[in-house]
Amino acid sequence: MLFSEAMSTGFFNLAPLVVLFPGIGLLFNMVFGGRLPEKVVGWVASLAVGAAFVISILLAVSLSAIHGHAEIVSVTEWMSIGSLHLDWAFRVDTLSVAMMLMVSGVGTLIHIYAIGYMHEDVRFKGDPTRFQRFFVFMNLFIAMMMILVSGDNYLMLFVGWEGVGLCSFLLIGFWYDLDILGRPSLENAKAANKAFIANRIGDFGFLIASFLIFTYLGSLQFDLVFAEVEHVAQPVILTITLFMLLGVVGKSAQIPLFVWLPDAMAGPTPVSALIHAATMVTAGVYLVARSAPLYGTVPAAQEIVALIGAVTALFAATIAVAQYDIKRVLAYSTISQLGFMVAAVGMGAYAAGMFHLVMHAFFKALLFLSAGSVILGIERGYHAMSHGKKGHGFHHTDDEVFNPNDMRNMGGLKDRMPVTFWVYLAGTLALAGIPPFAGFWSKDEILLDASLHYPVVYWLLTAAAFMTAFYMGRQVWLVFFGKSRHEAAEKAEESPRIITAPLVILAGLSVLGGVLNLPHFHTLGHWLEYTLGELRISEFSWLMAGQATLIALFAIFLAWLLYGRREQAANEPDALKKLLGPAFVVFEHMYWIDEGYAAVFINRYKDLARFLAEVIDGRFWHDWLHDSVLAAGFGKLARFLADPVDLGLIDGIANGLADLTQWVASRLRRFQNGFVRSYALSVLLGVVLILGYLLFR
Amino acid sequence: MTTPVKLLDFITILPVIFLAAWACLLLLVDLWVKHKRVTAYLAALGLAIGLGLLWYQAAWIGNAGFNHMVVLDGFSVFVNALLLLSGLLGIALAYGYLRRMGIERGEFYPLVLFSLSGMMLMAQAADLIVVFLSLEFLSIPLYVLTAFAYPKAASEEAGLKYFLLGAFAGGFVVYGIALVYGAAATTALDGIIAAVAEGRANLSLLVSGAALILVGLGFKVAIVPFHMWTPDAYQGAPSAVTAFMSSAAKLAGFAALVRIFALAFSSLSDDLIPILWGLSALTMLVGNLLAIPQTNIKRMLAYSSIAHAGYILMAFTAFGNPGVAEVSIAAVLFYLAAYTVTNYGAWGVVILLERAGDLGLEIGGYAGLGRKYPALAACMTIFMLSLIGLPPTLGLVGKFYLFRAVIAADLIPLAVIGVLTSLISAWYYLRVVVNMYMRTGDPEISPEPWALTITGLMAILTVLVSLLPGWLFFLASQARLNLF
Repeated sequence: MLFSEAMSTGFFNLAPLVVLFPGIGLLFNMVFGGRLPEKVVGWVASLAVGAAFVISILLAVSLSAIHGHAEIVSVTEWMSIGSLHLDWAFRVDTLSVAMMLMVSGVGTLIHIYAIGYMHEDVRFKGDPTRFQRFFVFMNLFIAMMMILVSGDNYLMLFVGWEGVGLCSFLLIGFWYDLDILGRPSLENAKAANKAFIANRIGDFGFLIASFLIFTYLGSLQFDLVFAEVEHVAQPVILTITLFMLLGVVGKSAQIPLFVWLPDAMAGPTPVSALIHAATMVTAGVYLVARSAPLYGTVPAAQEIVALIGAVTALFAATIAVAQYDIKRVLAYSTISQLGFMVAAVGMGAYAAGMFHLVMHAFFKALLFLSAGSVILGIERGYHAMSHGKKGHGFHHTDDEVFNPNDMRNMGGLKDRMPVTFWVYLAGTLALAGIPPFAGFWSKDEILLDASLHYPVVYWLLTAAAFMTAFYMGRQVWLVFFGKSRHEAAEKAEESPRIITAPLVILAGLSVLGGVLNLPHFHTLGHWLEYTLGELRISEFSWLMAGQATLIALFAIFLAWLLYGRREQAANEPDALKKLLGPAFVVFEHMYWIDEGYAAVFINRYKDLARFLAEVIDGRFWHDWLHDSVLAAGFGKLARFLADPVDLGLIDGIANGLADLTQWVASRLRRFQNGFVRSYALSVLLGVVLILGYLLFR
Repeated sequence: MTTPVKLLDFITILPVIFLAAWACLLLLVDLWVKHKRVTAYLAALGLAIGLGLLWYQAAWIGNAGFNHMVVLDGFSVFVNALLLLSGLLGIALAYGYLRRMGIERGEFYPLVLFSLSGMMLMAQAADLIVVFLSLEFLSIPLYVLTAFAYPKAASEEAGLKYFLLGAFAGGFVVYGIALVYGAAATTALDGIIAAVAEGRANLSLLVSGAALILVGLGFKVAIVPFHMWTPDAYQGAPSAVTAFMSSAAKLAGFAALVRIFALAFSSLSDDLIPILWGLSALTMLVGNLLAIPQTNIKRMLAYSSIAHAGYILMAFTAFGNPGVAEVSIAAVLFYLAAYTVTNYGAWGVVILLERAGDLGLEIGGYAGLGRKYPALAACMTIFMLSLIGLPPTLGLVGKFYLFRAVIAADLIPLAVIGVLTSLISAWYYLRVVVNMYMRTGDPEISPEPWALTITGLMAILTVLVSLLPGWLFFLASQARLNLF
């Protein structure tokens, strides 16, 4: 009785706990973590996120008990300035709860994995004290992400948005002073800066959009904003949505701001999995879904979003086929898959987009974490190898080029790391869209919707899907099959259970996740309809599904032809390179986008900064205006005045306001002479002045 | 038309009565108590019970007692709650300090309680006679407390100066009350309102009386030019006393000022605005300018407290404007709360660094604190930022509300002076921060658990409440003035 009552009402009041629990975890670890063993620190952090997951489940249960009506849990008044009234309020509806479940669920698994991963990583890099810091940042991230998805107004969303951006920066630059082998290097810090700055551009767009929303729609609270939409002119909404889109392309790494995400892989692998694959980067998708009432009224904005997503999906997929770094392939794959989601929500297929978001969280987290396991295995092998050679230490100077992330150094890991291999295969099939794996169902739904409404998007996405299957096939063959191409790979070892256990769970989700939204049932779609209103849900088509499957299978077959049939030798150029020639080089170098940005924007910006600093500030302001005109002129004036006018006065002015105030102060100070009689006199003087004023005014 | 005394009359001032009685009791108990810290805990217990009684009393909000001599309204409850908390903080800071300075004498705590009960009565006073009575009731214990470090000459001198000048200023209050009585034939606030409304009052006499009362209360809250006692008294008094005095006495003084002027003298607003304008501008300027050359942190904080009285007075300048009065009173209350928190924190740091024989009080002595005690230095930085009014601290939020009230009253030049003097204040506050972080030195602290706790707590509050100030401002704006 009590429980059922609580289910329908009481649990909603627990909503703030989804932020509070990770907050407590981070405070605890921040204060006590330094003195506690690693295990405790890691488990406290994991439990904090796990507790948030339990709360999310309770919220979901109680939400379905009241048929998905949005519930708003207000904690306190936040600010009230003029006509701006904002509460610190949590919005519990089907969309936010779906995100909460995904964030805390996947987050818990990644936290547990990180206990094992970071244990080895901090030792490999030679600074075990950073273990605690890592989990503090991770809990902070979860708290911020929860604020992002559960806030009831755009400003709270923005707080979370900036908060996760900060965590991303902190964690990309986690080894800010070391490179991948623990040698001094500033590359990671640069990658962190790049991510932060690219996101600034996006955040600028989001902020402008928020300002416009407040100006034209009169509030920042979701319900009030959406109720106002129809009373506002179309061009205004279009402007708002386009500025918001700038935020989306920044956070979700779409063209043209995607350049930060590949470099963000500098962070430890759990970070790549959690922040740069499963959760934070999907915030842009969430933002569009959340703002569906805004986008729904301007088809032009929707089309732009869909096109950007589709083009990004294909563009990033082409780059992914030519990468050697195991995490970089996954990074471009993430950009590409985010493109799928953005295209889906842009087309108005919110159910499909959110479905793919959740599925992608499962299998991409799995892939990243397995890649981390592979890297750890290689590092262990490398360690063993150098140990054998030198008997101590593993920081080579003669082996500068070794990169544990490079797939050219791998090969044949199938037998050395069997668990990792099998889960990686599950993730690969899910990502490639092979039925009945999770990715098949969600990707199929996006493609189906696109084929019915946006043919151009459909063709772009289909091409991207083909590429996806190909680069994943290439990766599996390069990493796991054939012979080891480096001694380190030969000596690689399987990871401990604390690392493989979360992998197995995620693999299970990647295999079976599709049941969440099977054709005909559309569980997730109908669940989201409570929040987003009537959704367009396309019925399953055998033709489309068959077509997509065949394309994926053909791509995998191609990958086998190139990489599986005949073994790659250690120093041989890539098989695809032989086939594609210059095109491969273009892909490999990411279309020279980084260089192009550097030439067009960054170097121009630096030129401008240098111009401002050297010419305007240095030569014009300092040398000419300040020194020649002001200082020299003043000098002349002073010399001129020095003869006729008292020197002390000139000094006073020349030394500026600072001395003047000090002088006034010291004059005033004289009255403070310590005698009661003069103090009383001052009081009396005040009385006389006041009464005199009253008398003579 | 007097009515006989009822039980309800006592309920309206229950915490005051209780506190005074508890203090008397404490004086007796203290004779048999060997360890003076027992007295301290008993005094704190009394304050806690006082808070409980205040909570209980809140059910009777809206009653006047003793023939309208005192009232119980939202305003008085808010102020009294702040006063009681302020007393608790004061005792916590004094707890270890007194022992360390060798002046741990039992009468300290009853004196604080006596003074507090006077202050609380002042916040409830609805009759000028009660205002004067409570003014003396709160002042005399403060004089004694100022000289509490006897036989230290500086402390005795400070106490005597404070007493002489306080008596002098008290004379003006009495004279002002007499003039008001001459003008309106009553000293009751509601009587004055009625007399003005019915045209019976002699307005020029009334305004002179109001001006003299302003002088007396202005002395208590340290308005220039009635401020000259402040630096000497603040420096000479034991630091724990100064912390209490600068927070609580200011609170009580402003509470009385707000009540008397916003209610009884609101019709005189047009006559008084230029005076208040001038006084607040002068206070802000002189307080901030004179703080600059100070090298002693206690003296610097004394001038800082003068400057802050100026800011509060600035928001109150337009008290007679009905559209603004409510906002400005809420802003004043909010700022008083914010100042209490920040001020106690800053004094907590001063107390931790002070050593017997007036050592450790030079601002130069703070050099190296950031390296040696980073947490304490961070706290002090927060307090200094808050006193300047920079984010993310309560000082910023408080100043925001103050300036909003001033701008709403259309007193733009005054707001400009306020902003400019805030800017000047950054100079001497940041000098403390610069000393702590950018100079090398080897400061010593006395790690007293209570003072450390209070300092840390105030730092957390200063930042935290500034992020979520809504509830406090809501409370402040609910604290309505009434006479019933």
